[in-house]
Amino acid sequence: MSKILFNIENLSFSISKKEILKSLSLKIYEGDYLSIIGPNGGGKTTLIKCLIKIYQSPVNKIFFKEQPIEKIPQKKLASQISYVPQINETNFPFTAKEFLMLARYPHLSRFSSVTAADTKAVASAFDITNTTNLANRFMNTLSGGEKQMIFIAAAFAQGGEVILLDEPATFLDPKHEHNVYQILKTIHQETNKTIVTVTHNINSAILNSNRIALIKNGKLDFYGNSVDITKNNILEKAYNKKFTFIKHPASEKSIIVPEVV
Amino acid sequence: MNKKFLLLLFSLLALLVLALTPFIGMEKIPFDTILNFDSSNIHSDIFWRIRVPRILIAFISGSALAISGMAFQAMFRNALATPFTLGVSSGAAFGAALYVKIGFIFSLLGISGQTLFAFAGALVSIMLVYILSKVKKGFPVGTMLLAGVAINFFFSSFILFIQFISDFTNSFRIIRWLMGGFEVIGYSDIYNVIPFIIIGTIIIILLSTELNLLTLGEDVAVSRGVSLSKVKNILFFATSLMVSGVISVVGPIGFVGMMVPHISRLIIGADHRYLVLLNIIFGGAFLVLCDTLSRILIAPAEIPVGVITALLGGPFFIWLLIKSSNNNSI
Repeated sequence: MSKILFNIENLSFSISKKEILKSLSLKIYEGDYLSIIGPNGGGKTTLIKCLIKIYQSPVNKIFFKEQPIEKIPQKKLASQISYVPQINETNFPFTAKEFLMLARYPHLSRFSSVTAADTKAVASAFDITNTTNLANRFMNTLSGGEKQMIFIAAAFAQGGEVILLDEPATFLDPKHEHNVYQILKTIHQETNKTIVTVTHNINSAILNSNRIALIKNGKLDFYGNSVDITKNNILEKAYNKKFTFIKHPASEKSIIVPEVV
Repeated sequence: MNKKFLLLLFSLLALLVLALTPFIGMEKIPFDTILNFDSSNIHSDIFWRIRVPRILIAFISGSALAISGMAFQAMFRNALATPFTLGVSSGAAFGAALYVKIGFIFSLLGISGQTLFAFAGALVSIMLVYILSKVKKGFPVGTMLLAGVAINFFFSSFILFIQFISDFTNSFRIIRWLMGGFEVIGYSDIYNVIPFIIIGTIIIILLSTELNLLTLGEDVAVSRGVSLSKVKNILFFATSLMVSGVISVVGPIGFVGMMVPHISRLIIGADHRYLVLLNIIFGGAFLVLCDTLSRILIAPAEIPVGVITALLGGPFFIWLLIKSSNNNSI
């Protein structure tokens, strides 16, 4: 087994007095492509936000490389972990290139300007996401799919070894959805970064990630190899709904078939 | 257009404004008399002891109000959220009015009591804004603005009360001061506020990258490595310093901190490394021009400069409100 990156031990977390995470424990391993699935309102987004300290979790509950996360300065944490938020409609008054350069913030010191390493990181981020042609476009002129690509590129440019993503392909058309998963896979395979993504697309989780965590009602319901999620009625119990499976013609993995209603 | 070129262009325009406006006014100043430093020369005296200090204080006030407004707009991600609209100015005004009423004149480390009282008032109202923004994460900006209106009413009532219990002279002094104006003589007021403005300006210039990140939203800013509460606390502190320093001397001049940063953003873009510099230049020149209008429009009488900025700012505010209702970003 490879090294543990995140060790989450009995994490409970409340927002406005409502308990969202209930004593959740989970280990995330280096080099994994982990998909986090589960019913709406189960705490997936909250967990991701705790991992990058957008939410301040209680002390000694989350460890990153064996260090309690609250002890790591935000800038240092950001140099190792990057984050792609849920698609939002906010219009940023920056070009894609300026936006990516801002992602280099954890590597800047206050008085130095952009270094060659920054320029290189931004160029290779555009490269790996096939978005070099968008570099000089303003963020508010991009389509939803293009904007999401730029967010992923920014997370890549930030240079960490972990990328956290919150429903990166929701609301995208099939082509852009495919592009997102394609690029995540490329990043995972070519650079060996750890990918942790929240998703509602269970088939993509089965086909693309090597591990799945299922979170329901603030607790870990299932954690294991992605192909095992279709066994033992795990999904039926979690979503309280019947699922029909079929073998994927190319990968031979069992996936969900949409139902006729 | 190139951003550095734009900055240079506006610097030259601002220098032109600074060079010409001291010659505009009731009394014509012959150019050759200004190099005569003999105080018995009435023209030289008007020029160096009245007009130049007045223009300098208008300039630094405009710069400070503009970059304070810019910092608030970035923090709240809304062009309407400025120290003036969120009630910080009225807090500072209350502090200064209270000082006038008490009538106990003192100073500390060379800083006048009025400035210190204004600073305390600004801090109290900034604390109120701060607590409100913390009560619920992602407090909608509309609600923040309404809270600002409430804070404004709250302090305005206090100021009215102070006026009511003051004698006629103090009451008039407070009213005149609330309208805003730069009727300074000599340079002592400038020495009084310049430390506040320099410290605040340096802090905001050093935090321009953080301001860029804050315009992306707090979640993204944190995930990029910004220590959010630390940065916001420093920004609140720096803006209180500048706003209270300015207000204690020239009164609560409104809307400069909203109009100038917004127009600057349209001119030079949202990158705060350039935006902050344009705000310093443009904010200063803008307020000097407003003050010149206030001196000449109904000469020999003056229109208080606060009236002029409010006459320009009110319609601007409504325009922004209509424009931003279908697009809530800055």
